[in-house]
Amino acid sequence: MKNLGIFDVIGPVMIGPSSSHTAGAARIALVARRIAGIGYNHVNFFLHGSFAATYKGHGTDKALIGGILGFEPSDERIKNSILHAKKAGITYNFIPIELEDVHSNTVKIEFNYPDGSCFYVIGSSIGGANIEITNINGTSVTFTGENPTLLFRYKEQKGMIAYISNALYAKGHNIHLMLTIKEDDEVLLVVELNESLDSDLFEAIKNGKSFLFSKYIYVPISKIGKSND
Amino acid sequence: MYHSAKQLLELCERQEKTIYQVVIEEESKSSGSAPEMILSQMKEILSVMKQSSQGTLNKKVPTLSGMMGGDAQRVNEYQKNAKTLLGVIPNKAMAMALSTAEVNASMGKIVATPTAGSSGILPAVLMTLEESLNLNEEDLINALLVAAGIGQVIGQNATFSGAEGGCQVECGSAAAMAAGAAVFASGGNNEQIFHAASIALINIMGLICDPVAGLVEFPCILRNASGAINALSAADLALAGVKSLIPFDEVVKAMYKVGKALPENLRETGLGGIAGTPKGCAIKNSLLKNG
Repeated sequence: MKNLGIFDVIGPVMIGPSSSHTAGAARIALVARRIAGIGYNHVNFFLHGSFAATYKGHGTDKALIGGILGFEPSDERIKNSILHAKKAGITYNFIPIELEDVHSNTVKIEFNYPDGSCFYVIGSSIGGANIEITNINGTSVTFTGENPTLLFRYKEQKGMIAYISNALYAKGHNIHLMLTIKEDDEVLLVVELNESLDSDLFEAIKNGKSFLFSKYIYVPISKIGKSND
Repeated sequence: MYHSAKQLLELCERQEKTIYQVVIEEESKSSGSAPEMILSQMKEILSVMKQSSQGTLNKKVPTLSGMMGGDAQRVNEYQKNAKTLLGVIPNKAMAMALSTAEVNASMGKIVATPTAGSSGILPAVLMTLEESLNLNEEDLINALLVAAGIGQVIGQNATFSGAEGGCQVECGSAAAMAAGAAVFASGGNNEQIFHAASIALINIMGLICDPVAGLVEFPCILRNASGAINALSAADLALAGVKSLIPFDEVVKAMYKVGKALPENLRETGLGGIAGTPKGCAIKNSLLKNG
C-alpha cells in the first residue's frame, strides 16, 4: 500500500492547467538547468509522446521555458516565460521526436552554449507533478530531485565512495540512496540525502578530489514560492 | 499511518482526538516536519486557494485555448443581481469553483487538490463556509486537514489520475474531500464527515447503474437528491448565461456510447460498483436469505 502525505493530496501549489503537463514539465526543465549549469544561449526541447502531441494546449512549452529560466512550478512568471526568454536573450526550438522505451510525457532538453558545446538531460513527467530524470548527457540515471541529490562523475578509482560517504557522515548526513553507473572507465555516482546539504560541505567534497563533473540538486515538489536559483 | 477511513476513525477514537488532530500528527511523524511547519505551509496553501477562488469573479480571463473564460464572472453577477433558484450561497460557491478552474486553465497559480483539473472544488467550498459560518483562519486550516485525511484515504486505495479512473477520481475525490470538510466546519462528528464524503463520491459515479441487491433504493435514492441539486445548479448556470460547448443532441449520443461501453456489471446488474462492495453483497445475501 502506497503512503500519501497530506501535501500529495493538498498541493502542490502550481501554475495551471495540468500537474503532469505544466508543473512536471517546469520541474524537469528546472532540474535540467541545475544539472547543466547556466550560461546557455539556445535550448532545443525534443518532445516525445503526449508532450509532442499536446504541448501547446497544456502550456508545456511555456512551462519548459520557465524551468530553464529558473522559475519554480509555482512561479507566475511562467505564463509569460516566452517574453522573459526574449529579455534574457535565450532562443529555443520545440522539436517532436520518438524516443525509445520512455514514458509518454518525456522531454530531451539540449542546452547549447556560446562556445559551441552542448549538454542534454532527459526527463519524464510521471504524474501529479512528479518527475524522473532518466539520462544525463548519454548516461542513464534515475532520480527525482525530490530529495537533495549529489551527482559526481569521475575516472574510475578506488576509495571515491568511501571519501564521499565519510565526508557526509562526518557532518551528520544520512544517505537515502546511492547508485553507481559505470561506463568504460568513467563512473557516475548519484547520492540522495534525507536532508539538504549546505553549500560549504558540497564545495569541500567537490574540491577534495578530482571530479569530471559534480552537482548538487534539490527541487522539492511541495516547495512554495519563487526560485532562489 | 492510516490507509482507510476505518483506521483513521479508530485512531481518532483510541486517542480521543478529532480527525484534523490525527491527520497533522501522523503527517508530522511520517514526514519529520514539526506541526508548526505543516500549519504554516497550510496557511500559504489557503491563501493561494483564496486568491484563485476570487481571481476571475470580477473579470473575464481567457483560458489557454480560448475555449472558455468569463463564466465565473457571469455567475457572480447573476447571484448579485438576479433572483436565483438555489439562492445566493450555492451560486456564489459555483462562481468561486469556476474562478479557480478558470485561473488554472489560464496558467494562473492554483493548488492541485487533488489534481489541477479538480482544483476549484475545495477552495469554493471552504470560502463559502468562511462566509456563511463565519470561520476564522484556524477553522479553515483544520477543515483543510480533514479534507486532506479523506483525500489520503482515497489516493492510497484508488488513483487521482483522470486517465486511469475517469472524472470521478478527480472531481469526485475533490467533492468528497470538500463534503467532509464542510461537515466538520459545521460541527458534524467524525462519522458524519465520512458519510458526507461517501455520498459525494457516490453521487458523481456518473453513468454506472449499481443498485445494491438489485433494488431501486441505494444509491438510487441519494442520487435523486443530488440529481435535483445538480439540475438546479445546471439551471442556474444556464440562466446566468453559461453555455454548453457541445450541443444537446451530441451530448445525448455521447451518453449512449459511454453507457454501451460500460462493462455489463456496471449496468444495473447489481454486480459491480456500489452493489459489488463487500457490504453491498452482504446486504444482498441477507435479503436473499430472509426472502
